[in-house]
Amino acid sequence: MNTAAIGKQYEPVTYAVGREKIREYAHAVGETNPLHHDVEAARAAGYSDVVAPPMFAAVYCSRAIGPAMFDPDVGIDFARLVHSGQEFRWGPLVVAGDEVTTTLTVKDISERAGSGFYVFESVSKNQDGDVVSVGTWSNIVRGQG
Amino acid sequence: MNPGEEIAELRVTPDRYLTVRYAGASGDFNPIHIDEEFAQQVGLPGKILHGLWTMAQVARAQTEAGGGPQSLRRLQVQFRGMGLPEREITVTGTVHEVRDGVAIVHTTAEQDGKAIIRNAEAEIALDG
Repeated sequence: MNTAAIGKQYEPVTYAVGREKIREYAHAVGETNPLHHDVEAARAAGYSDVVAPPMFAAVYCSRAIGPAMFDPDVGIDFARLVHSGQEFRWGPLVVAGDEVTTTLTVKDISERAGSGFYVFESVSKNQDGDVVSVGTWSNIVRGQG
Repeated sequence: MNPGEEIAELRVTPDRYLTVRYAGASGDFNPIHIDEEFAQQVGLPGKILHGLWTMAQVARAQTEAGGGPQSLRRLQVQFRGMGLPEREITVTGTVHEVRDGVAIVHTTAEQDGKAIIRNAEAEIALDG
């Protein structure tokens, strides 16, 4: 268990949000709200393009999570890894055309009852500097002594 | 929304190829979600659902109750057990309290009578 990695921050990762990616994601999660599919409906509601469902945060954050998950300083054993919990707090909605930059930090590494607990925090900002989401990613590595 | 009120229940049955579509949409191609043989080799009953897909169903129940994507301010979940394709999932929720124009909803996702997301809490802005 390497608690020295607590506080480690990784290079920000920028994700360009595409209209078809939003539609593909909305389709996969069963979102039928026209704001996610129909440009005219989104514009009529005051958005510049189709709107990403809030949980699209999982998409624009994913490349920012990888470096921490695979970091030897963090030392996660994938064979026993379980994604145990997740939180997002959202700011302004993300729309197609946005560029979202995510910075990931190791918030906590601890051990309880023989298992390892790894908590990461993602802070994602759009091109205007607005925080569009803050994510807390909790993982357990079971049976890690 | 008033304390004690239930939000509209959401029922969804992921079809057998859902995990493949979600893998493509999300970029998470972990084989436990898309490869039946691999999943069984590592001791799972078969391909399991992505936890973040199931969380997206919980989120959808909240945004449908709140009147759109802009209403969801926060969602926190714990993943328990594992979700499987081709079995119905039910998301339910109850308004716990309303404070400063924000409803706090306690919500769960169940499959086959077992919670696969539990202790989840959402904040829904009531001003839309």
